[in-house]
Amino acid sequence: MDVVWSRYKFAIIAAAVLLVAALSSLVIVPETQQAVVVRTGEPVRVINRFRPDVPFGDTGAGISARIPFLERVQYVDRRVLDLDMERQQVLSSDQQRLQVDAYARFRIIDPVAMVRNAGTEENLRTQLSPILTSVLRQELGRRSFASLLTPERGNAMSNIRTQLDRQARQYGAQVIDVRIKRADLPDGTPLQAAFTRMETDREQEAASIRAGGQRDAQIIRATAEANAASTYADAYGKDPDFYDFYRAMQSYRRTFEMGEGESNIILSPDNDYLRQFRNGNQ
Amino acid sequence: MAGKRSPWGGTPEGDGTPSGGEPSSGEGPRSEDPTPPPRGPRNPWLPGGGEGGTGGADRPRRPASIEDIFRNRGPEGPRRRSGGPGGPGGPGFRMPRRANGGSWVPIIVGGVVAALVLATSIHQVGPKEQGIVSTFGKYSHTLNPGLNMTLPWPLQNVEVTDVTSIQSEQMPDGNAEQLILTGDQNLVDLSYLIRWNIKDLKLFRYQLAEPQETLREVAEAAMRASVAEQTFDSVVSGAGRATVEERVRTRMQQILDAYRSGIAVQGVDIGRTEPPERVVEAFKDVSAAQQDADAEINRAEAYSQQLLARAQGDATEFNKIYEEYRQAPEVTRRRLYYETMESVLGKTNKTIVESNGVTPYLPLPEVNRRNPQPPRQPAPAARTQPGDQ
Repeated sequence: MDVVWSRYKFAIIAAAVLLVAALSSLVIVPETQQAVVVRTGEPVRVINRFRPDVPFGDTGAGISARIPFLERVQYVDRRVLDLDMERQQVLSSDQQRLQVDAYARFRIIDPVAMVRNAGTEENLRTQLSPILTSVLRQELGRRSFASLLTPERGNAMSNIRTQLDRQARQYGAQVIDVRIKRADLPDGTPLQAAFTRMETDREQEAASIRAGGQRDAQIIRATAEANAASTYADAYGKDPDFYDFYRAMQSYRRTFEMGEGESNIILSPDNDYLRQFRNGNQ
Repeated sequence: MAGKRSPWGGTPEGDGTPSGGEPSSGEGPRSEDPTPPPRGPRNPWLPGGGEGGTGGADRPRRPASIEDIFRNRGPEGPRRRSGGPGGPGGPGFRMPRRANGGSWVPIIVGGVVAALVLATSIHQVGPKEQGIVSTFGKYSHTLNPGLNMTLPWPLQNVEVTDVTSIQSEQMPDGNAEQLILTGDQNLVDLSYLIRWNIKDLKLFRYQLAEPQETLREVAEAAMRASVAEQTFDSVVSGAGRATVEERVRTRMQQILDAYRSGIAVQGVDIGRTEPPERVVEAFKDVSAAQQDADAEINRAEAYSQQLLARAQGDATEFNKIYEEYRQAPEVTRRRLYYETMESVLGKTNKTIVESNGVTPYLPLPEVNRRNPQPPRQPAPAARTQPGDQ
């Protein structure tokens, strides 16, 4: 080894220097990044700029050259980025409060403008975030609470998207989509009120179900009684006179035989039952 | 090896250039050490280096340093047994020389490099996977399942990802309550599962900064929009569930396609749909009310069945007797009369009173009190009475 070293010292050093020089004059741009080449503070060109119709592999990603030391490379994300809005309370046109959670998706289509006007993606986000908030409030404030819940708010969303996009273009960003993740009732009174309404709704439902049950039961009983009555009428109607007699007999048995307590019967000799006593005697 | 101390020795205060560092010292001992004869000069180009390790000279010779190091810590330390004077190291491993006397080092190094090259240029892609090949960061092509060759590592990089397996996202994470507003401004506590897979790996890798996060946000937006189209009852009862699931799926797919995310939403499964914790009692009361109502109706049914059965029984009984009665009306009538009287009077206390005489005053309590003693007495009296007439 040492032989090699002492013999090829200069060659090795030269090779190392060359390697460093080569590496510093090459830029590797991954498919997910765009690279802005900044020469003495001034962006001069963009490697792998986003163009929607160019398929991956032909976009300019990969190895590129730069002038070492003179040109600096700043990477800018090429993918769809997200801008998350903090939860906001929005007042609808009918003065209802709504807790809104929204997000926007954007992509940097002009990295030079981005580097010039915002600097970094993080900066861009902090610039866009208040814009999104204020646009959202404006737009939703024009709509009634109920319409915010319906899919009709898609219209509001596209308005918001357009307005935010207009602002974002200054920073070289294109807003792809703005969406409300969630629209909730704010904690506290509105939520309580909603809960109370739901509760009373259900109480009313429970009461009406119970009453309905009572009613149905009553109808069932009444129908049964009517049916029974008609059954009786059918049978007994054939001979009311006999029925009277037959039923009286049954009634006597039930009253005297099975009735509670002692019964005393005082019979007059004129009684029909005792008739034979007399007749037989005569 | 140009330093006073070996770079392994900890303090690299040597005069050496950095290139003389570890790689060469790694090879050095292997190539140089076995070469000198046991008693001869250790170092081929610094002759006269007698004592190895602790050479106290002001200018320690390199072999001495190496020896020193190997005695203490070198993995090949025991090898000195053959080269140096009587090293007690133990059973050593001695690298055999190659036939032509050359060193093994280039071969080993070459082998390692070749292995690395092979390892990074042959890629096994499993049946469910795809790989993305990028040349210096630039998308080159997509690998399909099977054994694939690419250029070795620094040139081409391969990322293999499971594509066809269906992954799932639980929304929300854990069992937290997730209240969603329905169209009639009620709140429903709902949880669901998104099943998805990658339909275009290239897009999935390169289009979205945070595909998974995006998926979750899109899912949330789509779910809330879809639930807001339904009434509370249809969501909770499950009637509108299939509609919601389908709408969420199409909505999500639309949005994700608009983002060119390369994600395919396979399905949305709504798990829990419950009223919010706070009002759950009221909801339970509704189902209790339903039970109560059902119970009430059941009781009425039971009663009505009893009543009808009774009526049928009575009617049939009457009909049977009436049949008989029609055969012989008078006889049947009398029979019934007597039977009834017999059975009734047989079990009661009877008093027969001559109506003309005794009627005006009837001390019923007296009769009652007297009853136990002469229960049967009145009968003969009665018998005498008709006789009078």
